[in-house]
Amino acid sequence: MTLTARPLSTFDDAVREARVVAAEHADAVDRDARFPAEALAVLRDGGALSALVPVALGGTGSSVTDVARACTVLARSCSATAMVFAMHQIQMATLVRHAASAPFFAEHLAATVTAPRLMASVTSEIGTGGDMGRSVAGLVPAGPDLVRFVKKAPTVSYGAQADDLLTTLRRDESAAPGDQVLVLSRRGQHDLESMGTWDPLGMRGTCSPGFVVTGEVPSEQVVPVPFPVLAAESMVPVSHLLWGSLWLGIAQEAFDRARSFVRAAAARDGDAGRAGHGLSEMAVQLGRLRAELQVALADFEAASLEPGRPGLSTLSAAMRINSIKVSASTTAPAVCLAALEVAGFSGYRNDTRYSVGRQLRDSLSGALMVANDRLHSSNASALLVVKDVP
Amino acid sequence: MKQKIRTVVDSQARLPVAVDTLADGDDLYAAGMTSHGSINLMLGLEDAFDVEFPDHLLTRAVFASVDSISSALSELSAAE
Repeated sequence: MTLTARPLSTFDDAVREARVVAAEHADAVDRDARFPAEALAVLRDGGALSALVPVALGGTGSSVTDVARACTVLARSCSATAMVFAMHQIQMATLVRHAASAPFFAEHLAATVTAPRLMASVTSEIGTGGDMGRSVAGLVPAGPDLVRFVKKAPTVSYGAQADDLLTTLRRDESAAPGDQVLVLSRRGQHDLESMGTWDPLGMRGTCSPGFVVTGEVPSEQVVPVPFPVLAAESMVPVSHLLWGSLWLGIAQEAFDRARSFVRAAAARDGDAGRAGHGLSEMAVQLGRLRAELQVALADFEAASLEPGRPGLSTLSAAMRINSIKVSASTTAPAVCLAALEVAGFSGYRNDTRYSVGRQLRDSLSGALMVANDRLHSSNASALLVVKDVP
Repeated sequence: MKQKIRTVVDSQARLPVAVDTLADGDDLYAAGMTSHGSINLMLGLEDAFDVEFPDHLLTRAVFASVDSISSALSELSAAE
């Protein structure tokens, strides 16, 4: 047995078990727009939340690709569970890749291996027009080695359930909107004042209402790398890769439900007929998305190994990762819609084994999470100067 | 070369401050250059210096200051 075989299989086991538990509660989570606490407890207890923590800090050093695969698996049974898990891992990946050499963060990450913590992010802000690369609120000195902030965020996913928050802020109150830093605050170091209700079309279990976030932390809890650098090299690509992987899982589930319908029809009538063609078209779309994600993950892992990660900070890298996000977030609802056409009224009803309503509603959030419109507009200007054909 | 870079920064980067108030090593992003402004700057520099920046030079770090732009342009002309 190799030294790494055990922890890796533990991660896979936790994800497999969480998938089963998430399936039991997925309809209730969706109906009540409540946090998928049961599945997250399995992931927490199984050590999956600290999967990315490097071996040197006592973790298992799982890769972003390992986590992406887990997101696909979890999304088969509960999109909200997969999304909470993905968002947590995006923050963990950012810290592991950019802050692990700073004493405070090294200690924090190592501690999460034995006492797992769930981390959420506060990147949205009123007054920025949805641009994560700009902040209104800035850090304010609050004493020797102490800083404080107040930020109005229109959406903070599972903010009330998280143990830790990572918040984007201007470096100080006189800094330019794009001169941002990322600040970690632990429960007890921040207050959340709810700004409204949470009753969306889909992804209802992510519990993402708006909050006024007020925090006060020691200066050592400011990530020592400028936000634009860690956004380009980690937060943005990892977000799009993990989100894309979970949208793939949602679409695969819709496909499987449609396939069950077709199999039942074929067993009854001896022929799948038109529905079989629809299924075949969905398989083409799914295959294309899976291949795109695999290539993008392989490129990302390879570029991550290079010192300084030059391959991740170019405009062309940003453009390619934006394209993956647009592709996954448009393919997933298209496949869910096709599943609905294949399964007909049995798929439209919410009370059959062929129901795809939840998958369709959940998948529609993809185009809004960092609006595809914004990504197209970024890519359009990048394409003016980028030389390589995508 | 740096004076010519400054002229392009002034006309293309859409800074909220006058370029004269910045030193050659000052961070243009910290001075308020947006990503959209930086792409204008890249295009303006390609025109003014009659060069094409290869993809590996189209990064935030390269366009962060007059100094870093100047090094990239020197690197390009040395490679020709």
